[in-house]
Amino acid sequence: MTAPAMAAPAKATSLIEPDARTRRRNASERRFRLLGLSAVGVGLLALVILLTSVLGNGLSAFRQTWITIPVTLDAAVLDKQGNRNPDEMKKVTTLGYGKLVQQALLDALVEKGISTGDLTPKEVMALLSKEAPADLRDAVLADPSLVGQTIAFPAFATSRIDGYFKGRVTRESAERDANISPAQLDLADRMAEAGLIETRFNMGFLTRPDASELRPEAAGLGVAILGSAYMMIVVLVLSLPIGVAASIYLEELAPKNRWTDLIEINIANLAAVPSIVYGILALALFINILGLPQSAPLVGGLVLTLMTLPTIIIATRASLKAVPPSIRDAALGVGASKMQAIFHHVLPLAMPGILTGTILGLARALGESAPLLLIGMVAFVRDFPGAPPQGFLDPAAALPVQVYSWTQRADPAFVERASGAIIVLLAFLMAMNALAIILRRRFERRW
Amino acid sequence: MSLGLLLLLLIALAALGYVAGRQRALAAVRGDARDLHSLPAYYGQAVALAAAVPGLLVMVVWLITQPLLVERTTLSLILTEDIGPGSSRELVMADIRRIAEGMGVLVATGAANEGEIAALATQPDALKDRLAAVNVALAAPISAPVAQAALVYRQSMETGQGAMAAAVLAVAVAGFLLALWRVTPAFRARNVVERVVQVLLIAASSLAILTTAGIIFSLLLESWHFFQLYPARDFFLSLTWSPKFGGGSDLGLWPLLWGTLYVSVIALLVAVPIGLMAAIYLSEYASPGLRAIAKPAIEVLAGIPSIVYGLFALMTVGPFLRDWFAQPMGLGDSSSSVMTAGVVMGIMLIPYVSSLSDDIINAVPQALRDGSYAIGATQSETIRQVVFPAALPGIVGAILMAASRAIGETMIVVLGAGAAAKLDLNPFEAMTTVTVKIVSQLTGDTEFASPETLVAFALGLTLFVFTLGLNVLALYIVRKYREQYE
Repeated sequence: MTAPAMAAPAKATSLIEPDARTRRRNASERRFRLLGLSAVGVGLLALVILLTSVLGNGLSAFRQTWITIPVTLDAAVLDKQGNRNPDEMKKVTTLGYGKLVQQALLDALVEKGISTGDLTPKEVMALLSKEAPADLRDAVLADPSLVGQTIAFPAFATSRIDGYFKGRVTRESAERDANISPAQLDLADRMAEAGLIETRFNMGFLTRPDASELRPEAAGLGVAILGSAYMMIVVLVLSLPIGVAASIYLEELAPKNRWTDLIEINIANLAAVPSIVYGILALALFINILGLPQSAPLVGGLVLTLMTLPTIIIATRASLKAVPPSIRDAALGVGASKMQAIFHHVLPLAMPGILTGTILGLARALGESAPLLLIGMVAFVRDFPGAPPQGFLDPAAALPVQVYSWTQRADPAFVERASGAIIVLLAFLMAMNALAIILRRRFERRW
Repeated sequence: MSLGLLLLLLIALAALGYVAGRQRALAAVRGDARDLHSLPAYYGQAVALAAAVPGLLVMVVWLITQPLLVERTTLSLILTEDIGPGSSRELVMADIRRIAEGMGVLVATGAANEGEIAALATQPDALKDRLAAVNVALAAPISAPVAQAALVYRQSMETGQGAMAAAVLAVAVAGFLLALWRVTPAFRARNVVERVVQVLLIAASSLAILTTAGIIFSLLLESWHFFQLYPARDFFLSLTWSPKFGGGSDLGLWPLLWGTLYVSVIALLVAVPIGLMAAIYLSEYASPGLRAIAKPAIEVLAGIPSIVYGLFALMTVGPFLRDWFAQPMGLGDSSSSVMTAGVVMGIMLIPYVSSLSDDIINAVPQALRDGSYAIGATQSETIRQVVFPAALPGIVGAILMAASRAIGETMIVVLGAGAAAKLDLNPFEAMTTVTVKIVSQLTGDTEFASPETLVAFALGLTLFVFTLGLNVLALYIVRKYREQYE
């Protein structure tokens, strides 16, 4: 305030009635506050929209439409020799089973008195998944004693029929669709009324392998879940000991010199290297130079290990640092060597923190897809990888990459399955995070 | 001998070593541990380490060098004129590896024995048929030298495996015996064990340097190959990107870089205001109750894998932006666009900006705020004119880190931004980024001879340099700032 201003007669102001300037300032204060609150709101809203969009699109992937028909497994067709030898029965191809299923379907329709209208038998058969005969064949080969019996065979409905019962396919869209006609939908309606078609929970989505482009209804996450599990085993086995060892050295033993400085800078930078660059490293080093096989969980696990190591090291160092120096001093005071003090006292006390950090690192690795694309994990893999240790070198898929490859396929039913796969992935991540939180709550010590 | 069995043997030997070393030490002093230099367990550990560590070391080195050496000798069997047009050494080597693998399958399934395999190698056509029967399909007919080379490859790999097992076991047993022989009451077992453990710890922490070195080495090596096939000038200066797998491609960096920067700028325009305001609100205004809920909830966004955001962009945001903004405004009808990818990436970056800024705002000393309140400033005036300027360097660092993450993000742009390399200003147009092209040039085939594939490494190098630069700058700024108030 300048002197003349102070000298001027004071304006009639009231403490109760704020003047214009105060009102302006208070209004701007409220605006600012509202702006902040709405930023928080936008963040939370984004989270809610993201989750509802994924859940809304994906939950239906866990349910599937089945057409259950009685199939008579004619021994004259399936086992000509009649000695129920699976090796001989393998000669009957899926085509042979297809005819059987088609006949059974037509018979079932006649028996229930459902008119097929002017649909040809082929068009009626098109209600069933192309995977159905193969499934029947697998079931018979697994249990040859079924031959000669009449079994109630639940066949996958084709993805369009499935979509119709889930509301994804409508009569309008069927008009324009070469794969399904409204007449077929009418037939499906009549079959559903007669109890031949039902939609229920599909365990196969979690256990079956991937299926080809034309059979989205049969595609499952089995190989992907197993592949991801194998990779997580590799990551855990490699990154936990290496990460802990590196952290112990850097936090407890390392002298302050150029070499340790270099290591510190490297770890900080590696944590920020884009994941795709790790993929390039893996492709050039593990696959091209070392000749490891493509799409192998071992290679995927190695890349993810390199990616998670910085995370684990940072978490481990934090929890080692949280152990008070008095513990070390006490151990040294009663005659322990430095190594004994670390391994017998500091490390066990830091263990809950280390495990929490490791689980969070694993969760991050589980969701990572970019580097896995480059090492060939996008390849179409139908066969389950073998048992360890050979299984680590067999081709496999991974959960997040399976999502990606499903989005790249033309049939819209795959988008539903991709969202379903995301739900599975998020469920795993939530379980891991919950475990980490429980560990922290249960064992964390405050000094 | 399989690798798993060998490892198991090594572990068994180490376990045996532990027991034997401990027993021998105790036996030497007739069970009175007080006469030993170290605790008995250390003698056991010393023997176990001596058995396992050298053996493992030999194994690792062998596993890395053997394929390199065997490939070199195998390739020397293939003359330059045997390599067909449109093929390359790498392709031939891939064929050889595949054929050798197929031979292994033949033997494993009992379809042929070693003698038959050797005979088959002289009849390439018969070999191809036999391989096709065990689902090892080959595109081109096998040439005679390749079949021979595959046989040699297979045999030397097999002998190599055997020799490795022998060498590893020999080294392990030698270490075991030597260590056991050295176990005497005066042997300073603890010191030895601790020194070995320390070396192992140092080795583990040096892995970080090895990783960085590996990244730089692989990027530089393959980029160098690329620049030998394709002029660096064109890569860095050309404005068109149109790879043709027949040759004669234009591989200009600029359209990709433009797409990357455009997407990143939009992402930051979304993330920085929201993240920053959220951080300010949560650290300055929010009640403890709201903070306890909202802060973790926003951080959940950081824990969601990027493939989820990618799918979100593809299924929800893309069609929404197309139907409500792009088409009504006449800006195009593509659901994958710079805007889609940018907005979704922005959502992903909100927690990075907010939690980093939150830390930084909290680090501003309370005395600065109190001083400001004391001279009558409102809370928002204090934040805008005192706290924010004081925190600015740190916030800039946080934004730079978010920017580096945006540039390196892959899955969102692969699913949300499109694949057309364009230099365009319309944000509702599909454009592509460096990371998208790395993925599309490298997925599927790994024929490392054409510039169209190798360009991915040059792109990777560009990406690495960009993100590293941003991070180093950000770390420098943040550190510099932190010191200010300590």
